[in-house]
Amino acid sequence: MKIALRIWRQHDSADAGDFRRYELGDLPADTTLLEALDDLNEWLVERGEPPVAFDSDCREGICGACGIVVDGRPHGPVPGTTTCLLPLRAFRDGATITLEPFCTGVFPVVRDLVVDRSALDRVVQAGGYVSVRTGGAPDADALPVARAAAERALDAAACIGCGACVAACPNGSASLFVGAKLAHLGALPQGQPERARRVSTLVAAADREGFGGCTLHGECQSACPTHIDLGVIARLNRDYLIAALARWWGGSPGKPDATDLDPRVPTAAPAGS
Amino acid sequence: MMLRDTAPSGPLAGRWQRRRSELQLVGPTRRRRYQVIVVGAGLAGASAAATLGELGYRVRCLTFHDSPRRAHSVAAQGGINAARDSANDGDSVERLFHDTLEGGDFRSRESNVYRLAELSARIIDQAVAQGVPFAREYGGHLATRSFGGALVSRTFYARGQTGQQLLLAAYQALAKEAAAGSVSVLARREMLDLIVVDGRARGVVARDLVSGALETHVGDAVVLATGGYANVYFLSTNAKASNATAIWRAHRRGAAFANPGFVQFHPTCLPAAGEHQAKLTLMSESLRNDARLWVPRRPGDDRRPEAIPEAERDYFLERRYPRYGNLVPRDLGSRAAKLVCDEGHGVGPGRRAVYLDLSDAAARGGAAVLRERYGNLFELYRHITGDDPLHVPMRVAPAAHYTMGGLWVDYDLMSTIPGLFAIGEANFSDQGANRLGASALMQGLADGYFVLPCTLAGYLAGAPLAPVSEDGAEARAARADVRARIETLLALSGRRTAGDFHRALGRVLADACGLERSRDGLAKAIDEVAALREAFWADVTVPGGPGELNQELERAGRVADFLELGELMCRDALAREESCGCHFRVEHQTPEGEARRDDEAFAHVAVWTPAAPGRSPRRLVEPLHFEMALRERSYR
Repeated sequence: MKIALRIWRQHDSADAGDFRRYELGDLPADTTLLEALDDLNEWLVERGEPPVAFDSDCREGICGACGIVVDGRPHGPVPGTTTCLLPLRAFRDGATITLEPFCTGVFPVVRDLVVDRSALDRVVQAGGYVSVRTGGAPDADALPVARAAAERALDAAACIGCGACVAACPNGSASLFVGAKLAHLGALPQGQPERARRVSTLVAAADREGFGGCTLHGECQSACPTHIDLGVIARLNRDYLIAALARWWGGSPGKPDATDLDPRVPTAAPAGS
Repeated sequence: MMLRDTAPSGPLAGRWQRRRSELQLVGPTRRRRYQVIVVGAGLAGASAAATLGELGYRVRCLTFHDSPRRAHSVAAQGGINAARDSANDGDSVERLFHDTLEGGDFRSRESNVYRLAELSARIIDQAVAQGVPFAREYGGHLATRSFGGALVSRTFYARGQTGQQLLLAAYQALAKEAAAGSVSVLARREMLDLIVVDGRARGVVARDLVSGALETHVGDAVVLATGGYANVYFLSTNAKASNATAIWRAHRRGAAFANPGFVQFHPTCLPAAGEHQAKLTLMSESLRNDARLWVPRRPGDDRRPEAIPEAERDYFLERRYPRYGNLVPRDLGSRAAKLVCDEGHGVGPGRRAVYLDLSDAAARGGAAVLRERYGNLFELYRHITGDDPLHVPMRVAPAAHYTMGGLWVDYDLMSTIPGLFAIGEANFSDQGANRLGASALMQGLADGYFVLPCTLAGYLAGAPLAPVSEDGAEARAARADVRARIETLLALSGRRTAGDFHRALGRVLADACGLERSRDGLAKAIDEVAALREAFWADVTVPGGPGELNQELERAGRVADFLELGELMCRDALAREESCGCHFRVEHQTPEGEARRDDEAFAHVAVWTPAAPGRSPRRLVEPLHFEMALRERSYR
């Protein structure tokens, strides 16, 4: 195949940056887009020119390192994949493909297609975990977890932290990312004791980092390479509301208690689930 | 050089307990006086850093990724072993110990493997408490499946993304400690040298990959959790950036390297498709619970797989190993696949692949059940090949995957440099000459959560540690060495890229030091690698400068280290005149074509000390002592 790559080149965060165009020929259709970039980089290095900087590591869609806006869409035109798994056969022969970084205000460009997504780590540090120390864990089978709950938790925990949801969102919101972490831990009995605190601190941290609010455009779920859907944001909103109300009531007797957010979460398997 | 044996003697079952009670403790209020540098944030590094932080040590954790959640542990698919006997099929600590030792073809330390089996159950407790969504039975209890080299079902899993889920749990534990201020996580930092003061490891020189600045991190101990070096072959299942630089730089500073030639080839990977291919993708061993591997009986049979009748298929693993069938250990699976391909039965381009066929299982249990078990693997396969493995058998081939070799460590996981520890895949300790599937996650987490936090305390409590400064003579010398190397690389402006050298090295090693090794091939490869290394330092080109994000500079530094390590691998494989596990020397085989061990001469760990300038490295041995009677491995 023959393709042209129109790539955002920016030397560092202070540089203004602009697009450069590169023509590539003679590539098999099952070459991936990143392999084509590898090829281009070899060619540039041989000529003593700086190669195109981009993040990528596992090349099998699980580490979340790669992330390029391809023809205007984070991770490109094929739904449910990361940039690293995009084959050239997803494009037409002779196409010009535009590559831009995951640009949002919260992900500053480091160089070319590399951005700084450390804001996502700081959001997790605000409480995206179960506060358990090494060594004190009870027997794993002492706590039955409904199969459906484990599956639901895993659906949300599949998030790879790539930030495509933020890059796709017109508001630059991280609600899908935050909602996925809350849905993962919130679906499991282990996550219940800190559930109300977690939703409050994570949302506050996301606000602090400058991520926008969610207005349910749904662009995030179309960009998500691991099929995380808007349901996790609905659950986030519900948990947030209950936690806020519980705080307001001050946990007085007979009123909802912030430490016991959702008594409906089954800790044992219901029949036939 | 002394190879200390810190494992207590006496019955295997009590050794770890005894060692724990021998080791001195550091009091809770004294811990914050100690600074520990952890390099790497995969399963081993993140679990160690988080646990040390919880205990009250001051920890700095460096990762070259932009976030600790990206370490290559994330890509482990199939599961994690633990001796819990939850399937009531006769499993026990003894049996997991036995399987792992025999799986490693009796080239690992009994004490270490026994400890690993003892700790395995607690890892699952810990992971569940952290919120790892393991697969569950309908009754709500943990589900298990089987892996190669075992006749019991002891592998716990979360679909085909167990490594991801365990890593996220360790990453979240690390996030908890980062929030508490006990651990500072430094992302986009690459360790480029070790600082040794008065014979003890006291820090590292790291490069800030964004600004290019060289940083000095000093402390009271250094823990390397930087993974394996299978990327030395260029094409492997490892992530693109996985590399040997941290352990190799430590080796150059004096840490001995053990069994460098022990490399595992994973039998079920997607075959290389062409010259543009950047890396190889693994299809989990767990598939072999339900899949059958076969090739056409007639060499060169080009019919589509579904057109080949049952009688004309060779289920070569079931034929060769009737007792274990498709669930033989990886070394045997890979070599059996290579043999049928060498005889012309291979399929696909170049005839280097075999079929992995799920159709019997789909007919038996239904496609929906298989999708539930392996859904994300099928999706990955479809993204890459365009085929649905439930309709068309997968085509798979062996690929370099995991390195059993690594820095030599004692029972306390400390290298030959006091104060330098190596955990997870970065060390050599537990997997012998072949690792069983689902044992890497187990080892990384056992080391990080449970072993290192105890043994490190024992070291710190007993070590005379004078204050150390970032501007001490040793730190300055290490920085100067790193700077000089970077400047040399940038000044060369030759004609070939680092990637070009890396590919050439990979071809030499895959031929001579891959699934099969021979005396002549290895001797020739040693010269070829040396010649490549010489050419590299004369003709490589690295554009850009030192003070910027320069991915080509990062790569060139890693390839330079691979070019040294590759030679040591060949030397190690040449010196070991026997076949064991992954190390198959054509000169040493049984009439059935199986590995022939030589326990008289080679029941030992090969321990290489760094080469002095202009000299060859020296090979020491650590004899292995066994309580268990050694026997020929048999999966037939």
